[in-house]
Amino acid sequence: MRKMMCVALTGAVTAGLAMSSMAAEVIKIGGIGPTTGPAAIYGSNVQNAMEIAVEEVNAEGGDIQFELQFEDDQHDPETSVNAYNSLKDWGMQILGGTVTTNPCIAVGSEAVSDNMFMLTPSASSQDVISIGDNVFQVCFTDPNQGRASADYISEMELGSKIGIIYNSSDAYSTGILNTFLAEAQEKNLEVVANEAFTDDNSTDLTTQVQACKDAGADLIFLPIYYTPASQILKAANDMGYETKFFGVDGMDGILSVEGFDTSLAEGVMLLTPFVATSTDDLTVAFVKAYQDKTGDIPNQFAADAYDVVKVLYKACTEAGVTADMSASDICEALKAVITSDGFSYDGLTGESMTWDASGAVSKDPRGMVIQDGVYQPMD
Amino acid sequence: MAGRKKMKKSTRSNLMTFGFVIAFWALIEIVRMTGHMTAKIGGLLIPVCAYVVMAISLNLVVGFLGELSLGHAAFMSAGAFAGIYFYTTAGAALPQWLAVLIAFLIGGAAAGIFGVLVGIPVLRLSGDYLAIVTLASGEILKNVLGAMYIGSDSRGLHFSLKDQFSLGMEPDGKMLLKGAMGIMGIKKFSVFTVGIVLILITLIFVTNLMNSRAGRAITAIRDDEIAARATGINLTKYKLMAFVSAAVFAGFAGVLYALNYSSLVADKFDYNLSINVLVMVVLGGMGNVLGGIIAAIILTVLPEMLRGFSQYRMFIYSIVLIVMMLFNQAPAFVSWRKRFMMRFRKKAPVSGKEGI
Repeated sequence: MRKMMCVALTGAVTAGLAMSSMAAEVIKIGGIGPTTGPAAIYGSNVQNAMEIAVEEVNAEGGDIQFELQFEDDQHDPETSVNAYNSLKDWGMQILGGTVTTNPCIAVGSEAVSDNMFMLTPSASSQDVISIGDNVFQVCFTDPNQGRASADYISEMELGSKIGIIYNSSDAYSTGILNTFLAEAQEKNLEVVANEAFTDDNSTDLTTQVQACKDAGADLIFLPIYYTPASQILKAANDMGYETKFFGVDGMDGILSVEGFDTSLAEGVMLLTPFVATSTDDLTVAFVKAYQDKTGDIPNQFAADAYDVVKVLYKACTEAGVTADMSASDICEALKAVITSDGFSYDGLTGESMTWDASGAVSKDPRGMVIQDGVYQPMD
Repeated sequence: MAGRKKMKKSTRSNLMTFGFVIAFWALIEIVRMTGHMTAKIGGLLIPVCAYVVMAISLNLVVGFLGELSLGHAAFMSAGAFAGIYFYTTAGAALPQWLAVLIAFLIGGAAAGIFGVLVGIPVLRLSGDYLAIVTLASGEILKNVLGAMYIGSDSRGLHFSLKDQFSLGMEPDGKMLLKGAMGIMGIKKFSVFTVGIVLILITLIFVTNLMNSRAGRAITAIRDDEIAARATGINLTKYKLMAFVSAAVFAGFAGVLYALNYSSLVADKFDYNLSINVLVMVVLGGMGNVLGGIIAAIILTVLPEMLRGFSQYRMFIYSIVLIVMMLFNQAPAFVSWRKRFMMRFRKKAPVSGKEGI
């Protein structure tokens, strides 16, 4: 027994030494997201994409080498904070996360008190970046999406009577809805129906579609994810209701819903930062790398996550961050660089992306429309 | 004679329970003082305390009253939201310790009131029917809290169940409760000792209640409802007493839990959480307070300790859960364990006779 203990202890010490000697060379990046549970698809996409990006960074062989550790949070704030603490024990120096909004808000305040630099791929609420000056986003904030959608609809005169179906139990959906309504009032868009559903009763959305039909809506705005959206499209088709649909970035993925007749999605419009069928070199290379690794088509969460690692790489290079710096020192250096005038990044989810001190990204949303089963630029 | 012996046994098991909690506190404080505390363990302390209080309080209903409640998380939620709502609004102007204290009281009271509201209709049912209704009331509270918007500006408070926009707030207004996003910007208050004190208060209440006249009435109802009614026990009164006390302590646990995080969302308190707490009670043995405490600690810490298995984590967690259940409750295991303990007991007097 004692001998076994000795061996175990020696092993632990050697492992500890090995880890500390490695820490001198690589910058430790933590990632947090749901890789199990109902939101698992988002976390898995982010994890895979971050791994791809880290491999690419390390393959370049520059001075900066990354090591990635990704922890599961099951889309639960409590577990997310636990994951954050685990990563801290591991020696995380920069946090590339978290994936979903509510956990991100809980983790954000921990990161603020530790002064840990935090760049989230996809937690899109305004409340995420207002936690502290060390929290930054790669995705659009929800308010921006809501405002941009209302502007787009009014500029292009896509509809005069607007119906809305949203998920009242989802922070993402209500976040977009709130600014959409405010901007719609500003632009004199007439909202004739505003129907809610929750995660618990999202299996049948016929009632909500019927309400929009009864109100005579000629455009339905869907600030929701693609799974319920596919049911709405089906319900509208079943009741012979011809109308236009306008979605946001959560709509991306609707063409890959299993058992969904994609012809129903013809003519659906959406604002999205990333389209997997784009033909630019960066997207093609990324989609290929992702498919080689997982066999799946990446969604916009994956693209956002890829950009997270690449933005961190660029910022670390410009700030001269080294692996022996403390998390807090790295945070100060990165904050200064990422908000500086000269810093701009061209990535999968947008060109010449810049950040201001609020932590929000500035990039142009792309209007897309589904034609013949693929996304086409709208204008 | 038999009665005296039984009393002694219950006193001894109570002392063991208190001793365990205090030893747990001392252990953690020693680890902290010697600087061996990791961020992971440090972050788990308050949730562990909250779940321990939840398990003890649910034991009142499941273990002692013998009714299956599947909505215990709702009381935690009611307490958390009421307490934190006060803490972030009126409490912000008070000294923190006072605000925390009042938040606890308000949280407990709110959960208690909700307990009465749910309890009066629900306790007319029993068994499976009661379980379903508690489950439903928990879901109702979760959905209502998740759809509630409260904001304040210079014109006063605004309230809506639809969306933030229909509050008609002035631009400089402040959102206090934001639907699915819940309450944000909570000034954290996570003191492990406060958690331990709450556990001890819960224990004192529960052990005293169970050794009182009311407690014996409650266990009599569990053992045979018809016989209890025949002896003149007021069923509704004692059922409600157990149910509401459990709700109040769940409310306290909710406040303790919520103060540990900067944000509070209604979605957290879904039936999964209720079931988790129920698993703690069942694993620890129904009616066994110390067992419930230990199970609560293990089940909260275990998923974090299994992080090394990455995506197989929850799979392994489930297997461990099944094995633990079998080890604790399967008849073959129980008799094997008893035989093992007997052997241990026979040997014990040799090494330490004066200890007994």
